[in-house]
This record gives sequence, structure tokens and C-alpha cells, in this order.
Amino acid sequence: MSDMAWTRFGKKKDMPGGLWIKCESCGAMLFRKDFEQKHRVCSSCGYHFTLAARERIELTADPDSFEELWGDVKAYDVLGFVDKMPYGDKLKATKKKTGESDAVVTGFGTIKGIPCGLGVMNFAFLGGSMGMVVGEKLAMLCEAAVEREVPVVLFACSGGARMHEGAVSLMQMAKTCGALTRLNQAGQVSISVLTHPTTGGVTASFASVCDLTVAEPGALIGFAGPRVIATTIKKELPKGFQRSEFLLEKGQVDRIVARSDMRDELGRLLAYATGRDPVAAFQPDDKPDGDKSEAPDGGSPEPEPADGQPKAKAKAKAKAASRAKTSESGPELVIEAEAGAVDATPKPRARRKKKKE
Amino acid sequence: MTQSSAKPAAQDGLAFERPLKELQSKIDELRNLSKDSHLDLSDEIATLEDRLQKQTAEVYSGLSPWERVNVARHADRPMTSDYVQLMLDDFVELHGDRVFGDDAAIVTGLASMDGVRFLLVGHRKGKTVKDRLACNFGCAHPEGYRKALQKMQLAVKMKLPIVSFINTPGAYPGIGAEERGQAAAIAKNILEMFEMPVPIICLVIGEGGSGGALGIGVGDRVGMLENSYYSVISPEGCAAILWKSGDKAPEAAEALKLTGSDLLRLGLVDKVLDEPLGGAHRDQKATVHGVKAQILSWLEELGKLSTEELLAQRYEKFRGMGNPHAPKKARK
Repeated sequence: MSDMAWTRFGKKKDMPGGLWIKCESCGAMLFRKDFEQKHRVCSSCGYHFTLAARERIELTADPDSFEELWGDVKAYDVLGFVDKMPYGDKLKATKKKTGESDAVVTGFGTIKGIPCGLGVMNFAFLGGSMGMVVGEKLAMLCEAAVEREVPVVLFACSGGARMHEGAVSLMQMAKTCGALTRLNQAGQVSISVLTHPTTGGVTASFASVCDLTVAEPGALIGFAGPRVIATTIKKELPKGFQRSEFLLEKGQVDRIVARSDMRDELGRLLAYATGRDPVAAFQPDDKPDGDKSEAPDGGSPEPEPADGQPKAKAKAKAKAASRAKTSESGPELVIEAEAGAVDATPKPRARRKKKKE
Repeated sequence: MTQSSAKPAAQDGLAFERPLKELQSKIDELRNLSKDSHLDLSDEIATLEDRLQKQTAEVYSGLSPWERVNVARHADRPMTSDYVQLMLDDFVELHGDRVFGDDAAIVTGLASMDGVRFLLVGHRKGKTVKDRLACNFGCAHPEGYRKALQKMQLAVKMKLPIVSFINTPGAYPGIGAEERGQAAAIAKNILEMFEMPVPIICLVIGEGGSGGALGIGVGDRVGMLENSYYSVISPEGCAAILWKSGDKAPEAAEALKLTGSDLLRLGLVDKVLDEPLGGAHRDQKATVHGVKAQILSWLEELGKLSTEELLAQRYEKFRGMGNPHAPKKARK
């Protein structure tokens, strides 16, 4: 299971600070500001890039409604695990790099005015791997949701269990599922949102046993990683294998929901879950975030690049178009060794905030 | 997860067995000789046997985690089918998940032993090549986990305790398995096992391979045989990911802390069951006997609890595993 999968997207680096970013799926060159306004969805092919937990919360919860809890719960090196470096050092370095204490952010807030618990995984933190902290925080979240009598929404984004914590991380699968039984006994609804990528021990635990399961489009969702499967069966995998659309077809998820609609959809589902009227009170937001074309700094969405970029861009576009034709399966995912070395590292939150201010 | 039981990896993890085997064959040779030639070699044989005993004890007391992994995968090690045969007075095998099929990699059935009835669930690895292939070397598909669930629900209705034998390299990674929701099947079992109002005993008898093991692994008592392992990932898989080389499996096995004594220290299992000298594969009967006694004593213990106590304790047991709030002093 978790032996599978530390997923890593395409090899091209998302250069922080660069004006342009290349789509991992179709190869289109995207203007960064536009890309970020669309919350990291490719405007050319609709590919949903992995989103940092904080940004996800900002996008999902009502403004200023989210109250983070247990942000100070920290992992420790329970095994004395050393590969290239001691796990303790790896934790420190990752904390510094991401500004997060572990791979999940938990707390309570409202979505469309409906109070709920929120647990959002952060892929940038060691591949979103589930160790004792992820397990503990999600369990506390479920238990607290029972106390508060509210439903929970869990955003999964993870390569699986955290190997560095050995069997302790394996048991977090049990811990989180156990906590969900408490929610079930209390009659509170749980919603799992599967985002790219969700594999291994996270898929094989809480993310698959919530009452409702929705997935973002094109997300890789599976038990074993595609490379492990390909190696085992010694066959090429079918197109679109383990993508959200594949899971929908196989009856594994309730709905596929685009990022731009996620907040509204969750609002609707939560309305049903909590005995509220989904129609009257939960009209879509007036201004869907992704469609705002305001460019506050006066930056044009398609500026003239300085050094012969237009040609490159045209080329990339053509390439993208041809790729889009041949591949329905989204980007080629490469199972990668080192979770910590994931390229999809979103920029630390602090930076984005400064920019906004 | 990979079918590592079929190929015991790059390094021969059972090399330590060779001198023991040589000694054993020497003893056998002498025995035959004395039989055929009517020579009295009993002194020599006794000396050699004594030596074998000492050497076996020495070798097995100093096994590395990687060597233990290989003992856990030993072909002669008692498997679920051996326990069925040697331990039970009656066994009614029940097939199928009622939805898709009957996965040979998980065996389920009604069992009786010394007047105690229970539902037995266990991974099946198979003994012959044909069997092994049919069982995917103990790697179950979703229908295997769903079969286990369906039978466990039957046990709840019949008020029978559940005994689960864990012995899998991991759940099967394949196209069909993914299509039919491997992850969801495992997760569902884990979730449901928390709420089953009957005693559940789980025993890792060989390989405790990750989610595939945990899929029948939530119980009131979890035990491990001395030379079994229980891990979040196979040593080979871990080595391939973190060391970028499957050859580093011995290092990974060391780092993962996957042996019984490690898991006991980490508070993840309740007990490590001793094996006969030289491992379970040297004396299947004695191994099975020990396991039987443990099951009976645990069942008796658990039978005294009320359903509420049972379920509350089961929850707390797993709830407490991997506690990041633990004071630094207690982190050992």
C-alpha cells in the first residue's frame, strides 16, 4: 500500500516567482497571476494542480470563519529512522520549507454559513504522508465534531502512510477509521474530497469511508501507485487508469467536482447533511473566484515577454494541443522516491499573503 | 505488496540457515549409516545433536530484522491452512463475497476447537505452485476483504468471536483490484471491525504486509509470532523508495522496526508469541500448539468483558497508537 506511492508530478519545476508556469498536463505556458487566480487550474486543459492546505481552506471556508486547532501538534522520530538523514532532521527541514507543522491542517469553520470540521492535507509536507500527527489531528477533529454536533469535510492529498514512522503510521489508518465510527454513531455526516494525488494508506482508510466522496477532476486516486501496478502485472496501464473519471465510472465516488465549484457543492451537500435548504440559502457565490479577471497590479494577462518567448509559447501550445489529443489520461505521474523532493511544492503561505497585502 | 514471498530478494536472507542444515544432514547421514551397518554411532549423533541445538539457539537469538523477514516468509512455516488442519476440531469453510467472487487469498469459515466456536479469517498463501498462483501468494483482492467482512458480519449475528490469521505481503496491486476498490474494501473492513460487538483476536503468523494486513487486523488482542513481521511497507519497497535500491532491503528492514519486539515496545501489539527453537518451520506442531493456547486464553479473557467495555477498549487501543502528545520521557 503505502509501499506505493510517493507521487511526483512532471519533472519540470514550478519556478517560484517566475512569470510563467508550464502546465504539468498539457504543457501550456500559463501566466502565473492568472493561474493563481484560477486557484492553480490550467486555463488551457482544466488540469487541477495540487493546492496547498491553506489556500484550499481560503477557497472553501467562509472568509475569516476558519479557526485552526491543534496546529502545534508535532511528530517526533518514534523509530530513530535514518535513511539519507535522520527523520528528525527531515521533519525540521520540511517544517522550515513549508511553514507547516505536519501534513494536515485541522479546525472548524463555516462553508456557506454551515459550521463544519475541516481537515485539509498538505502534499508539500513529505508528500502529504500520514503519520502520527495526521492520524491524531484527524481523530481529534472527528471527536470534536461529535462534541460540537457538526459534520466534517476532509480533503485528502497524500502519497500514503509515512514510512519514517513505520508501523506507527500504518496504525493511523485504524485510528482515523475508528474516529469516523464515532462520527457515525453520533449521526454526523462526513464528506471526503479526493484531490490529486490520493494513494496508499490514506485512500485505504478515512478517505474512502466517509459518507460522501467527491473528487476533483483528473486526480490520481488509488490504492497502489501506478508504477507499482505496472511493475507487478508487467503490462501497460489503460488510459485514464486511477483517475477521478475512472473511479466515477467504476462506482467508487459520488461526484466529480471542479475546484471552482467545490465550495458551492460542499455547501449544497452540507445543507442536505444538516437539514438545511440547499436551494434557497445556497445559491452560488456572486463572484466565483476563478472568473475574476481583475488584474490589480495592472499586469496584463498576456504580457509581451522580453526574449523571444512568444515563439516558445506558440510551440508549447501546439505541443499541448497535440498532447491533449493523444492523452486523455492527464499528466503522466511518476512514482518517485523521495516524498520530500516533490516538485509540486506550493510557495509558502507567508509569501503569498505579503503579495496580497 | 510486491510478491516478495516468491522471490526472497536480492540478498539471501536465509544464508544463516545453511550451516544448520548441513549439520542436520550430517546427523541424518550418521543415523542411516548406523541403521544400515549396525554400528553404534549414538555418541557421535548425540554430540552432533547437542551442537546443532546450541548453534540453532545461537543463530536464532541473533537474527537481524532482515533475516527475520525471511524466516517469516519461509515456505515451511505454518500457514493458515496448517492451523486449520492441526488446531481445529471442526472447520466449515465459507466461500465468496456475495458480490463479485471468491478470493482464494483469504480463507473464512466456522471453526471449533476444544469446544470453543469462532469464525476464522486468514490470508492464504498456498503450498503448491498452482495454489500459490491461485492465491496470488497471499495478496488478496477487494473481494477477499469483502468476503472477510461478510463472514465477520455473520459471526456477529451468530455471536461468535473472530480469530484472524495475518500472513500477506500486502494487498494485491492490479488493475482489477483498483477497479473494484481495493482501498475502499480495506478501509471499510477497518472501520467495521471497530464496531463488531464480538471479541476479535488478530495474529500475525508470518508477513504483516501493510494495509493488506490491517484489512483483517483490527482487534481486541493483536499478537505476533516471534519470527513474523508487521510493517507499513515491505523492506524491498521501502529500500526502493528511500534508498533507491532494492538491494538495501536489509537496511530498510532494520530502519522500519518491523519485528515483534519492536512493535511490542511501540505499543502496537499486545504480545509476541515464542516460537520453537529454530523457528516455527522447524516444528509446526509445537507452534500451532502455542498459538492455540494463546487464542483460548485470550478468548476466555475477552469473554468476561461486556460489549460496551470490549468496544470502548478496542477504540482506545488503536486511538492511543502513535501519540504525538506523549511526554518526551515516555518516548522510548
